[in-house]
Amino acid sequence: MDNLEGLAAEAAAKISAATDASTLDQVRVEYLGKKGHITALLKGLGKLSAEERPAAGAEINRVKEALSTQIADAKQLLDLAAVNARLEAEKIDVTLSGRGQQAGGLHPVTRTIERISAFFESIGFEVVEGPEIEDDYHNFEALNIPAHHPARAMHDTFYVDESTVLRTHTSPVQVRVMESSEPPLKVICPGRVYRCDSDLTHTPMFHQVEGLLISEESSFADLKGLVEAFLRSFFEKELNVRFRPSYFPFTEPSAEVDIECVMCNGEGCRVCSQTGWLEIMGCGMVHPQVFEHVNIDTERFTGFAFGMGVERLAMLRYGVNDLRLFFENDLRFLGQFR
Amino acid sequence: MKFSEQWLREWVNPAVGTDELAAQITMAGLEVDAIDPVAGVFSGVVVAEIVATAPHPDAEKLQVCRVNAGSEEVQIVCGAANARPGIKVPLATLGAVLPGDFKIKKAKLRGVESFGMLCAEEELGLAEKSDGLMELPLDAPVGEDIRAFLGLDDSIIELGLTPNRADCLSVRGIAREAAVLNDIAFADLDIAAVAAVNDSQLPIRVEAGADCPRYAGRVIRNVDVSKSSPLWLQEKLRRCGLRSIDAVVDVTNFILVELGQPMHAFDLDKLNGGVVVRHSKADESLELLDGQTLTLREGSLLIADEQQPLALAGIMGGEVSSVTSATQNLFLEAAFFTPDLLAGRARSYGLHTDSSHRFERGVDFELPARAIERATALIVAICGGEPGPVSVVDSASMPERKAILLREKRIAKVLGMDMAASDVESILAGLGLTVTRVEGGWEVIAPSWRFDISIEVDLLEELARIYGYNRLPVRPIQDALTIRPATESKRSLSALRQQLVARGYQEAVTYSFIDPAMHKAMAEGVEGVELLNPISADMSVMRTSLLPGLIKTAMHNAKRQQPRIRIFEAGQRFVKGDNGLQQIPTLAALITGRRTAESWNENGELVDFYDLKGDLESLLSVAAGEITFAPGSYAALHPGQCADVFCDNVLIGRIGALHPSLQAQWDMVNPVYLFEIDQQPVLARDVPKFSELSKFPEVRRDLALIVARELPAADVLQAIRGAAGDCLSDLKLFDLYQGKGIDPERKSLAVGLTFRHTSRTLNEEEVNQSVAAVVQTLQEAFGASLRN
Repeated sequence: MDNLEGLAAEAAAKISAATDASTLDQVRVEYLGKKGHITALLKGLGKLSAEERPAAGAEINRVKEALSTQIADAKQLLDLAAVNARLEAEKIDVTLSGRGQQAGGLHPVTRTIERISAFFESIGFEVVEGPEIEDDYHNFEALNIPAHHPARAMHDTFYVDESTVLRTHTSPVQVRVMESSEPPLKVICPGRVYRCDSDLTHTPMFHQVEGLLISEESSFADLKGLVEAFLRSFFEKELNVRFRPSYFPFTEPSAEVDIECVMCNGEGCRVCSQTGWLEIMGCGMVHPQVFEHVNIDTERFTGFAFGMGVERLAMLRYGVNDLRLFFENDLRFLGQFR
Repeated sequence: MKFSEQWLREWVNPAVGTDELAAQITMAGLEVDAIDPVAGVFSGVVVAEIVATAPHPDAEKLQVCRVNAGSEEVQIVCGAANARPGIKVPLATLGAVLPGDFKIKKAKLRGVESFGMLCAEEELGLAEKSDGLMELPLDAPVGEDIRAFLGLDDSIIELGLTPNRADCLSVRGIAREAAVLNDIAFADLDIAAVAAVNDSQLPIRVEAGADCPRYAGRVIRNVDVSKSSPLWLQEKLRRCGLRSIDAVVDVTNFILVELGQPMHAFDLDKLNGGVVVRHSKADESLELLDGQTLTLREGSLLIADEQQPLALAGIMGGEVSSVTSATQNLFLEAAFFTPDLLAGRARSYGLHTDSSHRFERGVDFELPARAIERATALIVAICGGEPGPVSVVDSASMPERKAILLREKRIAKVLGMDMAASDVESILAGLGLTVTRVEGGWEVIAPSWRFDISIEVDLLEELARIYGYNRLPVRPIQDALTIRPATESKRSLSALRQQLVARGYQEAVTYSFIDPAMHKAMAEGVEGVELLNPISADMSVMRTSLLPGLIKTAMHNAKRQQPRIRIFEAGQRFVKGDNGLQQIPTLAALITGRRTAESWNENGELVDFYDLKGDLESLLSVAAGEITFAPGSYAALHPGQCADVFCDNVLIGRIGALHPSLQAQWDMVNPVYLFEIDQQPVLARDVPKFSELSKFPEVRRDLALIVARELPAADVLQAIRGAAGDCLSDLKLFDLYQGKGIDPERKSLAVGLTFRHTSRTLNEEEVNQSVAAVVQTLQEAFGASLRN
């Protein structure tokens, strides 16, 4: 028993000297293993008298416990040091760029159509598309624009043959919807339209979104309410909206809608030609002649239609100053709409 | 339509300024496009008379003028060729300020003093360009301020009129609107009849009565057309954008603008017999006033005499019968032509005139006789002359104005508000409509000048317009929402687009009409729809494929040093098929250049076929149908790198590399990869259906197979699936090797087969049997052997 304290001191020194896990384990085996020095002392307890045994046993166990704790603590320190060393070695420059594809983007026209559609879908409108090569009947006749009507001069029409045109507006889609469904109806029709005109402010192809609502109780007041709500939502602004009498053969009363200029807040600037107002869309109550073409009861149902140029909305929303950029598809332009 | 504000105010003069007046009529549907002053900003310019001129001692082109300025006589050095004694001209006196803030000071020109400047129209901002001094009438009062004398404190207002408002193509029509908007009584012009002083009349025969329901004419003898129009007339016309021609033309133009009635004057002595209004016969021709000779199509409406056509009715007069300075006797014409029957006629001859513009839209059918009286009075006042009686010939086709029922209930239903009866009546009566109160509403008759009012809703529009669109109520959205099923078995195009965007693609939108050369190169013999009137030759055929547009976009960007292009487009393509024209919603993409953006961790590898195919497969992975690829053959694509894409064995598109020769032809440096698929089949998808997860372990066996190099891997995989039995749960091709150690005609495919049973553990024996069956099948079908 005399050497218990000596053994303890000797083991403690070896524990603190150990610099890696295996050395430390050797120390554990040497003192606390099956054939270890401390274990041997415990085995020797049998040689003592019954009176001496408890005290001596307690003393040896105390030393054993103390050494175990010292070994565990030392192990923990060594593990921590090993982890730290690994972490240090694995350090990278996290500011370097990642691997793989970057996101592309939608064309600003699509992006604008999707925003417009989202608004109308949220209030129960259905998005409908239709043919771009259209017959004369759906593009003109059914919309109360007979041959030689002066309003045809407003549409510089591309012809495929005498009775087939590239649609000059998306209104024929509405005619097709009215032909195939019963009112009440709530649809919007986005898409490409074509007019034979090309200069700084006109491209021979552009996009429109037109909408149609038919019910038993829709009035001009509802049209105004819907159009105002849409424009304020689209521009995310409580802007002033005004309605001006206009003329479209397929609506009556017809209106042009102006908004307070979004560039100058109505103060007057180059974009609004100093008027403070921007012409933004056309609308009106569906003309009875149009309903008659598709056999909708003009006494029971009323409806309204509205239409807007997508590029114009996109130009105002994103500040694009040249219409032709939309169809050049320069990646430096497109890349700005992510 | 351009008009002078002063002229309008002679008719009706509301107590509002120019801007307010313009705003009022704009908000009533007569959109003001522009307001321009009739003259530049200037002051200190007076009427002066050149008393004497003498050559400048030192300059050939200058003259030294003695000028009477009213209060004094001054010396002015002037370079205008028309400066001569006796004429009256504008004089900018010392201290005058001309447009552009140009101040007039005493000056010495080549040593001779000049005390002011004689002005041309251009210098006063009265004309864009002028030649020489502005010559004023000889009776102009010397010394009077020129602004006051010419009434230059006036604006030219330009309207962009919609085609329904023909009644506002005149000062009279606009004045009526301005009166109603300001609640002022409108006084129509009181036109006194000019008594006939002889009984000279030209016979009028209307053969085309439906086209020409009313024709009025009058003979005026012994006129002197060499007399020029008075200044007031010239000025009024100038401010409406019309040049002074001669007194007779000026008067007819004046009536055109004032009342809206197009008129024509013939030289009576050049007519053979009476006037005939008829349709043209085959092989007739007519030399027009503008000098061109028209070969007339049969059925055009003519004003003719007994021998030949005189004028294209309602469009333009002819040269032969035109009034000249030598004309002594006139025949004045004012007619009403049926708008629907005249519409399109001018355009069919490539013509568009002030007259056709009005007749096509509708001219007041009660005007012709009044217009003739008004014109007669003016012509006689300027040119002298002796009028005969007015002849008016009406056909059975005169327009009728039927009573229209306007119901109070309908006003409420369409406009969303009740309108006071007094408002309804004063608005409609103010516009010249005849209004009679009846039970529940009114009976309304449109006036002779309105061609846009025939049904109830036309009246509602008038009420709304004059009441003010912006005073009408606004009702917030309150429709009951109809909820449609949220269709899960269809993906939106938007979702497909987003998937491509997330994989680094940029969307393009290209024209639907393309260059025929590009169409020919890419269309694989498919016939394109051609436009009759393309905007240009290189945009003349409708695309049968979206690929030409994407290639053009890639070329545009490659030229601008873009090292990496990944673009797509969604849209219709137009294919002539057996069942007529197909307009097929299509999705296409193109990649070329670097695989990824230049970066520290990339080595600049270029994209290849499998980059694009991977992107396409990711799009197609949720399609409802079974997607397969098979080698394809297209003239525009690389013969060894192109595939047809099938959905449930139906061809839905193609993918491949652009043919290297086309790539070179179109100056693309790097290989270009493209796909094009129909949208419809890939938008359909299955709604997921759960199946129980197996609790039993899986067993994997790998095989290395040697097969012919030409053999498509898909065939091998399909054969394995067929032979491996129901327990094959997964199959992967994880390696491809060709080269050293293998017959150059053959290749090695490494496949991993995973087996699993849903309700028990598979034993070794079962798996071995399946693998043996696979090996045997491959051996028999393809001569495949296992690689050692």
